[in-house]
Amino acid sequence: MTPVCYTKFKSMSKLSRDDVLKLAALSKLRLSDEEVEKLQMELSEILNYVEVLNNVDTADLEPTYQVTGLKNISRADEVKDYGYKTEDLLKNAPVVKDNQFKVKRVL
Amino acid sequence: MEDWAPLARIAEKVRSGELKASDLVEKSLANIESNGEYDALISTMPERARQRAADIDQAPKGRLAGVPFIAKDNFLAFGGKTTAASNILRPFEAPYQSTAIDRLEAEGAICVAKANLDAFAHGSSTENSDWFVTKHPKDKSRVPGGSSGGSAAAVALRLAPFALGTDTGGSIRLPASFCGVVGYKPTYGLVSRSGVIAMASSTDVIGPLARSVEDAALILDVMSGRDELDSTTIDKDEAGYQEISKDIAGKKVGIIKEYMAQGLEPGVESVVRQSIEKLKSAGANIEEVSLPSLPLALAVYYIVCPAEVSSNLSRYDGQRYGYSSGDAANLDQSYELSREQGFGAEAKRRIMVGTHVLSSGYYDAYYKKAQTVRTKIINEFSEAFQQYDFLIGPVTPMTAFKIGAKTADPLQMYLTDIMTVAANMSGNPAISVPAGEAENLPVGLQIIGPMRGDRQLLGFAKGFEALT
Repeated sequence: MTPVCYTKFKSMSKLSRDDVLKLAALSKLRLSDEEVEKLQMELSEILNYVEVLNNVDTADLEPTYQVTGLKNISRADEVKDYGYKTEDLLKNAPVVKDNQFKVKRVL
Repeated sequence: MEDWAPLARIAEKVRSGELKASDLVEKSLANIESNGEYDALISTMPERARQRAADIDQAPKGRLAGVPFIAKDNFLAFGGKTTAASNILRPFEAPYQSTAIDRLEAEGAICVAKANLDAFAHGSSTENSDWFVTKHPKDKSRVPGGSSGGSAAAVALRLAPFALGTDTGGSIRLPASFCGVVGYKPTYGLVSRSGVIAMASSTDVIGPLARSVEDAALILDVMSGRDELDSTTIDKDEAGYQEISKDIAGKKVGIIKEYMAQGLEPGVESVVRQSIEKLKSAGANIEEVSLPSLPLALAVYYIVCPAEVSSNLSRYDGQRYGYSSGDAANLDQSYELSREQGFGAEAKRRIMVGTHVLSSGYYDAYYKKAQTVRTKIINEFSEAFQQYDFLIGPVTPMTAFKIGAKTADPLQMYLTDIMTVAANMSGNPAISVPAGEAENLPVGLQIIGPMRGDRQLLGFAKGFEALT
């Protein structure tokens, strides 16, 4: 297993204003100045708290992503009718045109 | 108000014609009406409930014939809106229904209302609901716990005989302990999550909040098992969950040492110690056991959960359903404004933390490290269950706290889950059973079972319930 770089880990616990803005952009969230300031503090505090894991010896252990051991549940590649109706699936859409979701132009 | 009979008894009387489903629905709706001041519910669906009751009265059948129930508002349900208590889903009407509700309905149960929660189930008090705060049934200045706080309060107030909740880090057990009802978190994968709004998919489970362990076992029996709409589901126990042994005598029980040393409120500690004495008197072999990594589970959770939240909430983009900002000039702005205006503070906080711990350069140090510590927690549970049939401890260090007491500091709110999250990280089944009171507020005992040991755990919990 690749050893975790602890020095890098320590230094990144405090987030800068730019870090917060970058995360907001990645998250597709537009934040007010007030929110940015508050999140900068709160996120740093949360990240400081989870740093306790840094001191845990996890040599020889593999990460767990799934707890029941199930793998690759598959079924035949056939269209199956679950009773979902197109009009019901579209009824919550902000804009529908010709039975399709209409979004602002992409290109 | 007259209390509800056990579920099996209600259904039996409906099948025999002694009780009418329609009367049960009216009773539930009347209870709801007269308890509005607690804000336990977001919406009711009287029209559909009355129609279903009328249909059932025509030809009553099913193990839950005519039994009204309430679903947390993150379950997709017909007959009304499904909002997850979030602004972004304010106008949402479910185009299909959750498997859990489908299975309950197939046995004759009737969903009458949707319960309040912390928006998207992010919280421990319902104070993060974008609608309102649910008040504690015994003291309106306090929270009912969360995130399934509306469901727990609804059952404690007898609005319906049972309610559904979801438990990602303790969201069934914590409010069950606060409100004095039974709250059951099954083994991960045992109940299909199809049609339930996802929070953290590697730990989300569905379970009942009920007035007795027996009722919880019946509900689990009806809901559990594989579902082709949720490929993470596991097979149910062949023997089901209803024929359960209440034996306490001879059971080997470990008291989780780390949970008893966590700065418990004295009243909570006293109830837990009394519970231990009762179990000992009933013949259980009890000793303290150390699982040293369990207190780390909260830090693991606050990496893994936001990571999965940031991924699961990316679908709310204002294009296909939910709130969509009308102010956008282009597609990117439409995403950003819809999410900015639609998400509350806690959802944003978790999306941001999750995005950070998953981002390039930080993934190994945070996410992978957390998932590796998760393995350590799982290993400690597995070792403990080689020696013990069950593990016990408090559900949370405290009783129901005052509204507003923890809202200023997100970390203080997160700490309420410190004793419940480990079972979510490992997948083990766990239950909160009412064990007593501290200064007139309920306290639950947490009992944790081995993976897939739901039937045994429910039996032991029923035995304990009989001692209190």
